[in-house]
Amino acid sequence: MAYKGNRINPRKFEKGQLKIVLAILPLVLFMGLPIIFIFSHAFKPMEELFAYPPKFFVSNPTLDNFSKLFKASRMAGIPMSRYVFNSILVTGIVVIGSIILSTAAGFALSKLKFKGKFVLMEINQGALMFVAVAVMIPRYLTINFLGITNTYLAHILPWLATPVALFLIKQFIDQVPDSLIEAAYIDGAGDFKVYTKIILPMIKPAIATAAILIFQQVWVDLGTSNYYVNDEGIKTLAFYMNTLANANNTVAGQGMAAAASLIMFLPNLIMFILLQKSIMNTMAHSGIK
Amino acid sequence: MRKSTSISRRDNNRNGYFFLAPYFLLFFIFILVPVVIAIALSFSNFNAIETPSFVGFLNYINLITKDEIFMQKVLPNTIVYAIIVGPCGYILSFVLAWALSQLPKMLRTIFALIIYSPTMTGGVAMAVLWKIMFSGDQTGYINSWLMSIGIINEPIIWLVNTNYLLPIVIIIALWNSIGGIGFLAILAGILNSDETLYEAAAIDGVKNRFQEMIYITIPNMKPQMLFAAVMSIVGAFQGGLISTQLTTNPTPGYAAQLMVNHIEDYGFIRYEMGYASAVSVVLLSIIYIFSKTSKKLFSEN
Repeated sequence: MAYKGNRINPRKFEKGQLKIVLAILPLVLFMGLPIIFIFSHAFKPMEELFAYPPKFFVSNPTLDNFSKLFKASRMAGIPMSRYVFNSILVTGIVVIGSIILSTAAGFALSKLKFKGKFVLMEINQGALMFVAVAVMIPRYLTINFLGITNTYLAHILPWLATPVALFLIKQFIDQVPDSLIEAAYIDGAGDFKVYTKIILPMIKPAIATAAILIFQQVWVDLGTSNYYVNDEGIKTLAFYMNTLANANNTVAGQGMAAAASLIMFLPNLIMFILLQKSIMNTMAHSGIK
Repeated sequence: MRKSTSISRRDNNRNGYFFLAPYFLLFFIFILVPVVIAIALSFSNFNAIETPSFVGFLNYINLITKDEIFMQKVLPNTIVYAIIVGPCGYILSFVLAWALSQLPKMLRTIFALIIYSPTMTGGVAMAVLWKIMFSGDQTGYINSWLMSIGIINEPIIWLVNTNYLLPIVIIIALWNSIGGIGFLAILAGILNSDETLYEAAAIDGVKNRFQEMIYITIPNMKPQMLFAAVMSIVGAFQGGLISTQLTTNPTPGYAAQLMVNHIEDYGFIRYEMGYASAVSVVLLSIIYIFSKTSKKLFSEN
């Protein structure tokens, strides 16, 4: 039979696809098993955590590990609710703040004409390859110099400018037809009105994508709490979960570690499932030209 | 805010700067300035307390001639790590994305979710779980499993054994980076490719899926391929902290010491910040070279 071509995004399952599924199955399992392990381990009772030979799946699920996790935090000086509060506060402000900053900048770079615009665009594109851990020392010095060590600002300010977020948003704004914007200007709208009334509503998928990318980075970030903040009271949940799990590196601690990882993972998972359509829509315009 | 069509359309709309200012102000303070400081400090001797003193190229000279750990362990480790996690990880994520594009929507979405899920755990935070799996006695999951199928007879102390440490770090880094946003970009790129191109190609004699991928799919989504390449390079280097999270800094026998760990060691443990900055500059240059190479491979013309 001659090759028909165009098998991208088929409507239904055919026999030919079985080969593909079988070929990638080992890799998919490799990616998925550790996640299943977290779920299973978090609900194991003590005797299953101790069991020899160790069993991958839980047989009598219990919430013991979670209650131990909360108890352990009550014994430490700072209640867990404080870390939860810190994480929600920091992540919330960073996500909202960086969306405002990147949509405004993306609008200017994509639709307004002014001098120096292409240089700034190139600089931001170059910064896509920025690896924050490579400059952890100068960043530490900058934060020190600004006098924001041991404040929430140390958690918030360094994240607000995220090159990937601006890049994806700008690419998406490029797709908004100029005729629509021209029409608004003719009706007497100013730049600010065009930004709030036309651009923002039309780029919701890109906003959702940028939000989830930024959320993921900040939510699980350990670096800020490790290097830039000494005051226990303003460290985040990710940091607390990590120290707790590391300090109790015993069998009982393992169950708590899995419970902690699960708590950190779930918000990300839920957001991704809810927003996956927007993400794929935005990624289609992600190319660097 | 001024209102008039002529203002918005004219060649130099000053409102542009107003919209850009907040983003670029923070961009300069937390991205550009740190890079410039790293370069400046790399030519100095600085212990974080006294004023830095200019030492010329001394840090770089010491790095190459005197730092045996860097030349014999850290640099080779980083190169092996970067090549496997960067390019090989990238090829794997392309293969996965391409395979998923050949499947119907429901199945594709489920697989994509599984493949993307490691990204959501935030690799470094997962270190504790990996420690449990690679636990050194017979109750460790990997040990117990390998013993039950007869590959090994005695438990291996994985995270101390210098032969296994780097491979373990590489496996975890691959796990963490294959399904990242680069993977999603490639998948979206393939799904959005122009169907008529494939029909035309079939008439022109493209015979199988592999030829289709080489002659049609890749050339038509170079921009996404480049974006994904940059993201996978960044992801690879960003993920290097896992080495010290799994063990200690320095890692046992420096077996899995990567450049980011070396920076952490000199910067935050020994407080030799000038020297650590020189390592940072070398690392940034390596990342730059990797990204430039990807640009050459995937540039449009």
